[in-house]
Amino acid sequence: MPAAVTLTGVGKSFGRTPAIRQLSARIESGRVTGLVGADGAGKTTLMRLMAGLMKPDQGDIRIHGSIGTMPQRFGLYEDLTVAENMRLYAELRELPAADQPATFARLLGFAGLDGFQSRLAGKLSGGMKQKLGLACALLATPDVLLLDEPSVGVDPVSRRQLWAMVGDLAAQGVAVVWSTAYLDEAERCDHVLLMDKGQLLHEGPPDQLTARVAGRCFVAKGGDRRKLQALAAASPHVRDALIQGASVRLVLEAGSPPPPLPDCTLEPVAPRFEDAFVTLLDDSGPIPALPPRPSPPAHADGIAVRADDLVRRFGDFVAVDHVSFDVKQGEIFGLLGPNGAGKSTTFRMLCGLLPASGGKALVGGLDLAKAAAMGRQRLGYMSQKFSLYPELSVRQNLTFFAGIYGLSGNAKRQAIATMERVFALEPMAGSDAGTLPLGFKQRLALACAIMHAPDTLFLDEPTSGVDPLVRREFWSHINAMAAQGVSVLVTTHFLDEAEYCDRIGIVYAGKLIAIGTPDQIKARVRSAANPDPTLEDAFVALVEEANR
Amino acid sequence: MFGRIRSLIIKEMLALWRDPKSRFVMIVPPLIQLAVFSYACTYDVKQASLALLNQDGGLAARELVARVAGAPAFADLVMVATEEQLRDAIDSRRAMAGLRIPQDFSRKVEQGAGASVQVILDGRRSNSAQIVSGYLQTIIADHNAELAPATRVPTLVARSWFNPNLESIWVVVPGLVGVLTQVVALVVTALSVARERELGTFEQLLVTPLRPWEILVGKTMPALLIGLVESSLIIAVAGWWFQVPLTASLVLVYAAVVAFVASVIGVGLFISALCGTQQQAILGAFFFLVPTMILSGFATPVENMPDWLQVVTLANPVRHFLHLIWGLFLKGIGPAQAWDSIWPMLVIAAVTLTGSAFAFRRRLY
Repeated sequence: MPAAVTLTGVGKSFGRTPAIRQLSARIESGRVTGLVGADGAGKTTLMRLMAGLMKPDQGDIRIHGSIGTMPQRFGLYEDLTVAENMRLYAELRELPAADQPATFARLLGFAGLDGFQSRLAGKLSGGMKQKLGLACALLATPDVLLLDEPSVGVDPVSRRQLWAMVGDLAAQGVAVVWSTAYLDEAERCDHVLLMDKGQLLHEGPPDQLTARVAGRCFVAKGGDRRKLQALAAASPHVRDALIQGASVRLVLEAGSPPPPLPDCTLEPVAPRFEDAFVTLLDDSGPIPALPPRPSPPAHADGIAVRADDLVRRFGDFVAVDHVSFDVKQGEIFGLLGPNGAGKSTTFRMLCGLLPASGGKALVGGLDLAKAAAMGRQRLGYMSQKFSLYPELSVRQNLTFFAGIYGLSGNAKRQAIATMERVFALEPMAGSDAGTLPLGFKQRLALACAIMHAPDTLFLDEPTSGVDPLVRREFWSHINAMAAQGVSVLVTTHFLDEAEYCDRIGIVYAGKLIAIGTPDQIKARVRSAANPDPTLEDAFVALVEEANR
Repeated sequence: MFGRIRSLIIKEMLALWRDPKSRFVMIVPPLIQLAVFSYACTYDVKQASLALLNQDGGLAARELVARVAGAPAFADLVMVATEEQLRDAIDSRRAMAGLRIPQDFSRKVEQGAGASVQVILDGRRSNSAQIVSGYLQTIIADHNAELAPATRVPTLVARSWFNPNLESIWVVVPGLVGVLTQVVALVVTALSVARERELGTFEQLLVTPLRPWEILVGKTMPALLIGLVESSLIIAVAGWWFQVPLTASLVLVYAAVVAFVASVIGVGLFISALCGTQQQAILGAFFFLVPTMILSGFATPVENMPDWLQVVTLANPVRHFLHLIWGLFLKGIGPAQAWDSIWPMLVIAAVTLTGSAFAFRRRLY
C-alpha cells in the first residue's frame, strides 16, 4: 500500500504543555485509519498538523497528494442553506461552474441530503450536518481525507451511514483518517493509531491489540450486578469490571486465574477493543469512594421522578410528545436518543427550567416549576454543557456552590475537601476552571452537583468527551449513590453506557418509543439472524420501526 | 439566605475581577474618557477664527478692528480684501464667522446717522456661531458705549449665578459623573445575566434553591459597588483637579448616586434578563445609552425639546441625575429639593428591578 501521510518524530507543544511527543507513523491509501484516544490525547492537534493549519515544533510531516478536511465543529455556515454551503465550498475549492450541478447532485445523493437543498444548515440535525460537512469536504475528491471526530453528536443511524460513506471512499483509494473517542468505532477501522497524552500507544490493525487480552475476558452472571461489579473491581486479579445489562464484564490481569465470585457463572467472551485499551492505560488504582450519606426520605409510592403525559411545543413543533415514565427511588434511569430527540427538553421540564405545554413533571412529588425554592435543595443537576464559572478557580467554584446550597462553616469546608479528594481536584484547586482538561471539568461539574448530597440527581450527558477511565470512575460514583438510595436520571448517547442503567427509555422524534431494562430492550430485536443483539442494533431497529 | 446571597456577591465580584478583560474595561476606558471629555467637551468658544473685511479706511472702522483684534476670543483673525475672499474663508471653514465693515461706516459714525456692520455666521456650526455672534455683539456694544458715552440709555450688566465666570468645566465634569457611571454600570449588568445564559450557568443557578430576588440582589450589589467607586473617582477629580465647587452635603451627593446607579442597574439587568446572548445585551444597552444621553440635558437643554418629548425624558434616569448633580455641585440645594429628583430615579429602579426578577424566570427558552 502506498503511504499517503508519513509522520517522522513529530512534536508540538503549547506553551510548556506538550500536545504531541515524538510521534512517527504511516497512513496508507485505500483504508480507514482510526486516530483513537480520549479527549486531550492530542488527536485534534495531530489532525491540524496534518492539515497544515499548524507547523510542528520538531519532526517532519509529508503528505502525498491533496488534502480534504472536515473540522470538528462542522465548519458549515449555519445561516446558509445546504445548497449555498455546497456552492461556497465549490467556489473556495475552485471547482469549475460547469461541473458544479453534476457534482452537487452526486454528493447530495451520496450524503442522503436530496430534498434538503433549501434547508438552512443550522436547522439540520447533528448527523445531517456531519454528512453535509463530509459532502463539502469531498467536493475536490482529495487523496487524503481528514475527519476530526465526525461522529460526535450523531445518532447511531446516521453514524452507520457515515461509516458506509467512508468505506466507499477508502475502496476508491482515498486515505481516510477518522479521529474518534468512541472505542467501538476503533474496531471498525482497518488500521488504528491509538494515542494517549500525546504519545502513540499502539499502531496496527485493531484486532492485533484486541488479541492481547484474548482469553482474559469473561462475563459474570448472577446476583445483584452492582454488588458483583464492586466485588470484582476490588479483586487484585481483575483489571476491569464493567456492568453490561444484567451481567458484569471482566477483564483479568495477565496470567491471573478467574477471581472467586460467589453465586455466579463465568463465561468467556470475545475481547473488545475497549478491554484492550483499558489495560494499556495507566492503572491509577482504586477509585476513591464518596463518604456515606444519610438515605433520602422514602416517598409513599416509591417514585422519585414522574413524567406524566409530558408535552412541550415550540410553535408548531412538538419537541416532547406525550412522554410518560417513572424513576423509582434508588433507580438509575437512562434516557437514550439522538440529538434533538427531546431528551434535554424533557429533562429541563422535570427540573422546572421549562414550563410544560401539557402533562405533569414531578420530582419528589413536587412540580419544580411552581414549587417553593427549597424544593430544589434536594436536587442535583449537571447540564450537558460545562456550566461552571470558567474565570473562577476550582476551589472558588466549589465554595460558591456549597454556599448557594446553604452549606457553611465546618460542613462547607468538609464538603469541599471531600470533593477535591474524591475527584482528584486537589492539585488544581487554584487553577481557573475554564483551563482544566475536559475530564477534570466534568469531574468538577459532577462534584458541584452532588456536594450538597441531593436525593435526586439529573445528569445530562455527564460523560461526553471523557476517556474510558473517567467514565468508569463516574459510573462507580453514580452506582454508589444509587446504592444509597439516590435516584438518578441520566441522558447519554453512549449506547454501551445505557447498559449501566437499571432501566432505559429510548426517545426518538419527541416520543418515547421503548422503555425497559437494557436486556428487555435488546430482547425486542432478537432474531435468528442476530441472536445476541447489541443495544445499538436494538436502537437502530427501533428507530427504523418508528420511522415506518 | 444571607449565606446564599453572600456567596453570590463574592462569586460576582470574583468573576468580574479575575477576568483581565473585564477588569480593564471597568478601569481604563472610564479614566481616559474622564480625561478626554473634561478637556474636550467645553461650550466656551476659544480661539475662534474670524474673517475680517474692512472696506472702510476711516478712524471709526480702525478702532473697531483694533477692538476685535484685541479680544482674546478671536485668536485667529483672517484679514481679507474682497467679498470673494470672505466667502471663501467661510466656505473652506478657514473662518467660523465673517465681519464686514462697509465703505460708509466711518462717515455714518461721524454723522451720527447710525452705522451698521455685517456679521456672517457659519450655520453649519450653529452652536459656536451663536456664541461668536454673542461675543461680537458685546464688542460692538462696548464700542458704541465708548463712542456715545453721554447718551442716557440703560446699560445691561449681566451676572451669572452659581457659575459666575460661566466655566463650562463646572457643568461638564459633574455631568460626567452621570454619563460615565451610567456606561459602566449599564454594561456590567447588561452583560452579567446574558453571559451566564451563554455559559449555561444561569440554568445551573435556577435549579439551586436560589430565589429570583436573591439572584437579583446578588447581581445588584457588586454593580452598585462598582458604580459607587466609579462616581467617587469622578467626584474626587472634579473637586481636586478641576476645582469645581461642591456646595451641597456629600451625604446628599451619595444619596443621589445610589438612587441613580440603582436605576441604571435595574435597566441593565432588565435588558440582560431579556437577552439570550451577550451580543444582544450589548446592542440593547446601546439602544438605551444613546437616547438617554441625548435626552438627558447634558448637551442640549431639556427645556428646548418639544413638550411631549420632555414628558418622555421623565423616564430617563440620567436626566434626573444631571439635574440633581448640577444642583448639588453648584447650587447647594438641600434635601427637600434633592428628593424631587431622587424619588423618580427610585421609581425607575423599583420598576426595572421588579421587571428583571420576573424576566429571570420567564424568558428561559
